[in-house]
Amino acid sequence: MMQKSALNVSKIREDFPILRRKINGNKALIYLDNAATTQKPHSVINAISDYYMNYNSNIHRAVHQLAEEATVAYEMTREKIAKFINARSPNEIIFTRNATEAINLVSYSWARRNIGKGDVIVITEIEHHSNIVPWQILGDEKAAKLEYLRVDDRGYLSFQDYERYLQSNKVKLVSVSQMSNVLGTIIPIEQMIKMAHDKGIQVLIDGAQSVPHMPVNVQKMDCDFMAFSAHKMLGPTGVGVLYVKEEILEKMSPFIGGGDMIKEVHKDRTVYNDLPYKFEAGTPNIADVIGFGAAIDYLQAIGMNAVREHEIEMTKYAIKSLERVKGVTIYGPSNENHRGAVISFNIGDIHPHDLATLMNDQGIAIRSGHHCAQVLMDRLDLSATSRASFYIYNTKQEIDMFIDALERARKVFRI
Amino acid sequence: MSDDIYREIILDHYRNPRNKGKLTDADVTIHDSNPLCGDEIDIHLKVEEDKIKDIKFEGRGCAISQASASMLTEMILNKPLSSVKNITKDDILENIGLMNLGPARIKCALLSLKVLKLGMVKYYSDRDPVAAKQVRDDSKLY
Ligand SMILES: Cc1ncc(COP(=O)(O)O)c(C=O)c1O
Repeated sequence: MMQKSALNVSKIREDFPILRRKINGNKALIYLDNAATTQKPHSVINAISDYYMNYNSNIHRAVHQLAEEATVAYEMTREKIAKFINARSPNEIIFTRNATEAINLVSYSWARRNIGKGDVIVITEIEHHSNIVPWQILGDEKAAKLEYLRVDDRGYLSFQDYERYLQSNKVKLVSVSQMSNVLGTIIPIEQMIKMAHDKGIQVLIDGAQSVPHMPVNVQKMDCDFMAFSAHKMLGPTGVGVLYVKEEILEKMSPFIGGGDMIKEVHKDRTVYNDLPYKFEAGTPNIADVIGFGAAIDYLQAIGMNAVREHEIEMTKYAIKSLERVKGVTIYGPSNENHRGAVISFNIGDIHPHDLATLMNDQGIAIRSGHHCAQVLMDRLDLSATSRASFYIYNTKQEIDMFIDALERARKVFRI
Repeated sequence: MSDDIYREIILDHYRNPRNKGKLTDADVTIHDSNPLCGDEIDIHLKVEEDKIKDIKFEGRGCAISQASASMLTEMILNKPLSSVKNITKDDILENIGLMNLGPARIKCALLSLKVLKLGMVKYYSDRDPVAAKQVRDDSKLY
């Protein structure tokens, strides 16, 4: 009997023109690099060209009709995002270039004022470089200390470490990724946030890998800041989001100064604009924000619970299939409920770059390398892994072809 | 198809690299990595009267980068250090028998040559700034 699937994948695939592409002449593209960036549906591509063809104009500053339409479309995306993550108000949504810039915004505008000498910032060993380097820069500048919560081989955190740091009364910020982009491990952030809040400590969640793949509710988890990128959730590149609780945002100083973030500018003083505009200086990425709105619509229509369910199904199938390939080591949790659809692995002594080259011959796009998480790679004593990551348009047949290609690579390397 | 990249000779140098290790009495040691993929190579050189008397490399990375480094050490041992500046990209690709690498993988093949050239420049800079300027000017990286 056919098992009922969470998503109508064949219908979804029709919405993604790139999935009709051939690689190496005649191989159908099998795109398994979704943790890096996802493909875009027609509706997103069309929303961007519709803006340029029909109502291109600058926003917030003119009264002519084009500007009015563009402003409405741009602000509509902000409202859609607020609903999507259940923020209290669209004022809590700030547009940035990407998740990285969102984290840096917190570092410059909030942390610089609130973190000083001897204070501690707690992160984890699984973090992406974008949630490490900004804190190293700040730590150097303010003589603050950066502490890493240790993880075990599967990416589960040490809560003993965490409690010990919180007890020290020196921690001013906890900044953690909700899902590892290497191991797929889902971090129990609600518990971590509660423990931090009990001590009056603020928490930033790097949602770059979680928001695209599971229902995320910022009020329920009660994080203070959250960062994510449009391009990892069907949207265009060049748009990121920073969510900040309004009461914190009200006290934050601006990030970048210039037009659009001001109300009045005089020779000796400036009155900043209301939230969230105070944090969006200069002409923003209007077209791509509008495109992101279409991506949110797409995900809302299929439902984030269904997305998560589909990915659990895919992960379970992929892990089971990979386990049967001789010489394969899989990293991360074995329980698919503890992880996202990101699977890192190695096979024999084939280096991940060589494997990626051989997979590309078969039209299969996987990622290889350190995945911008060198601290984690050092912790696991690895120099590189191969990584396959899935999204709403991937199928079990594609996983079967991926496994066939692995077997082929194994033969080329005489393993 | 890339199957022909991974011929016996590449796999052999990958799994049994020649001249792999450290030189404790090296005259120059130089390190570089490929930020894109994380391949790393260290080259140690022992030089006498402008002749490469000994060469060892350490490294980690893909079969192409490591086999290429291994083959380069064999090619250059006992040759004049100054001749390193004349080695071209095509020399390396011919040496390893891979003339058709794509733009991403070609960097893997050429990393060890880059490190060797940096090592040569460093060797001369430490001893003879005029010669160093000359080799630097003469030696296009690839
Ligand atoms: C966990 C995590 N955080 C942050 C980022 C950074 O995202 P961006 O490059 O879009 O800023 C990524 C992207 O790879 C990621 O996986």
